[in-house]
Formats: sequence, structure tokens, C-alpha cells
Amino acid sequence: MALSSEQGNRFADLLKGHEDTVIASWTDEISRTVRGRLSRAELQRQTSELQKGFQTALSGGASDLNDDAAAELRAQLTELSNTRARQGFTANETAVSVFALKEAVFQVIKGGEDADTATLRDYIGFSAFVDRAALFTFDTYVRIREELIADQAEQLLELSTPVVKLWEGVVAVPLVGTLDSARAQVVMERLLQTLVDTGSPYAIIDITGVPAVDTQVAQHILKTVVAARLMGADCIISGIRPQIAQTIVALGIEFGDIATKASLADALRHVLRLTGTKRQER
Amino acid sequence: MERVPVLKIGDILLVSIQIDMEDQVALQLQEDLADKIVSTGCHGVIIDISALDIVDSFVGRTLATIASVSKVLDADTVVVGMRPAVAITLVELGLSLPGIRTALNVELGMKLLAQERERYELDLEDEDEESAVPTP
Repeated sequence: MALSSEQGNRFADLLKGHEDTVIASWTDEISRTVRGRLSRAELQRQTSELQKGFQTALSGGASDLNDDAAAELRAQLTELSNTRARQGFTANETAVSVFALKEAVFQVIKGGEDADTATLRDYIGFSAFVDRAALFTFDTYVRIREELIADQAEQLLELSTPVVKLWEGVVAVPLVGTLDSARAQVVMERLLQTLVDTGSPYAIIDITGVPAVDTQVAQHILKTVVAARLMGADCIISGIRPQIAQTIVALGIEFGDIATKASLADALRHVLRLTGTKRQER
Repeated sequence: MERVPVLKIGDILLVSIQIDMEDQVALQLQEDLADKIVSTGCHGVIIDISALDIVDSFVGRTLATIASVSKVLDADTVVVGMRPAVAITLVELGLSLPGIRTALNVELGMKLLAQERERYELDLEDEDEESAVPTP
């Protein structure tokens, strides 16, 4: 049941008239759920701001949370979800912070003398409005958490694929973590670009940090090696642990004429020998 | 029709492709290059494709044919400067351009050709020595 503008005004007056009582009981409700993780003064500041926000929205004739009059309230609720999400509160605790207003207002109405059917109808409308507000914080909370996760995934991708220069003309990619298609693509692009930028004819792909090698991971590595060869650079695969070597054989993965070494040191020695013989020939 | 210029630098023919590689252009280049190898007597060909955004299967096959033709005329071919995006696309398409030697840039390509030539001449000397020994 939508809130009419007279009902809204009545509640705005009610919130204004019983400002201190509402804020106090609202703060009590919230502090019970957050259990000392936020100070009472902090909570009181937040609730009094929200109380003003509700008051302004209702007196501005907002019958729905999406109305223009409720724009400021929406901004406040977003801010609340934002801080709660980043402080590590659950979605439940965040939503309850808004739901608690209903309880606080009910206490005020119950204390008054004029508790008749009309008041009840008003209260239901107001309750629906608060429900919408709480659901809005819930949505915002989820969205912010998803943004956080997306940011972290992106940072992880950036962090986990460095291409380092080992020697003149030799670059290495130490792969750490599971190699899925998206990461394999990033690794391939970055390695090939580095080959062009540095003009290095040798690249070592070190898979010491890759927990498991299945056919798909092998496929990704092979593609990278073939692409590097097309561009005129040679790849060596290093850091193959005994367990991984057995898996590779068991799965029947063929590395063909691609050089594989047990350790990064072996791979570097191999490359230096290749470049060294060239120098002697010259 | 546009033509790709073939430049002679010392013992090497340098082909830098700066235009879109249409089928006719590729075939014309194949002919021009064969003529030029015979007329100059060069022993190395470098094809620079760093300006090419697209290398399709036809261009890939033409490059392989050029390499084979040059080999028959006693010249080694190196394709240089393939872009990462081109390499990735070729791999995704399953084209690994067998029979084509590659290098990252023109400089490394020239180095590679010089090594090849040196190795070839060393082999010749070895053969001379071997054939010299049994004759009294």
C-alpha cells in the first residue's frame, strides 16, 4: 500500500515531534544487532542523519523510494550500505539498521492516545515505505560487495602475470596459481608483447606455481609456445614438478620438440648455452 | 595494382610489406621475388610483416611457397616482425605456418641468415676436407 502525501506529512511531523525518542530507541535496536562493533555515538550520528533523511523525504511528498523527493534519502542509504559493506558487516545487519525504524516508530504510536484504525492504516503505508528503503540498502550492499570482488579479481590478474627479464635476450614468465582461459589469454598477450618490446628471442615459461596441469592448461601453454614461435622466439617450459610430470604422461600430453626443464636454473643454462654457441660460431 | 618493393642490401633481399596483402599482391610478390633472387644472386630473403594487421590462410600459404621457391634458388627466407595479435589469431585458427622461419625483427632476422650461411659454408669446408682425405 503506497503512502499518500498526507500520510507522509503526518509521519514527517511524528518523526520531528518525537525526534529524540525515535533516535534513541532506533539506536538501541541497531546496537543490539551490531554488538559493540560500532560505538553508540557513531550509531546515534548515523540514525539521526537517516531520521532527517526520512523526515525530508516524507514531508517532500515521497510516496515511493524512487520519487525525486527521496533522492537525498537514497544517497544516504547508499552511503550507509557502502560503509557497512566495507567494514565487513553482513547484509542482514545492514538491512536491520533500516528495519529498526519501524519498531522505533511503533513504540511512539503505541505510547500515544490516538491509536485507532486510521493510524494503523498510516502505519502500514509507512511500514511499506521503510521496507522499500531496507530492500534498497540490501541491493546496494550486494552491488558494492560485487564491485569489491570484481576489483580484487582484476588486481589479482594484474599481480599474477609478470614478465621478467632474466638475461640479455631472455625473458621469463613465472606462472602462479590456476591457469584458466582468461588468465592464459592475458599471459599470452603480455608475453608476446614483451617479446616484441624487448626483442628477446628466448622466453622461459615457469610453471612451478601452477597447482595442477590438465589437458586444458597444457593446451593454453602449447598455444602460447606456438604463437611465440610464429613470431620468431623460442619458448622453454620449466618448473615441472615430479607429480606434474607423471600427470602429463598419464594424460598423454605431447610437448613435441618444445624443450622442457625441471628447474628455472636448468632452463636458463640451456638458453645461455644456445646463445653461447652462437657467439662462438661468429 | 600496387606492388611490394624488393630491396637489395648486401647479400640479402628485404621485402617490407606496408600495404594490405590482397591475393593478387601476394602472387605478384612471389613472382617478383623469384626473378630478383635469380638476377641478383642473393642468398637470403627477409620479409617484414610488422605492418600487417591481418594474415589469412592464403597469405600464410603464399609465404610458405615463397620460402620453398627461394630454397630451390638457394636462398633462405625469414619472416620477421609478426604482431602478437596476428600470431594469436593464427594459433587460434590452427595455422602454424610450417616451413617458415621467423624472427622478432629485421636485425635478428639478418643475424639468423648470417648464421645459416656460416653453417652452410662450414659444412662445405668439412665436405672438402672429407673428400680430400681419401685421394692420395
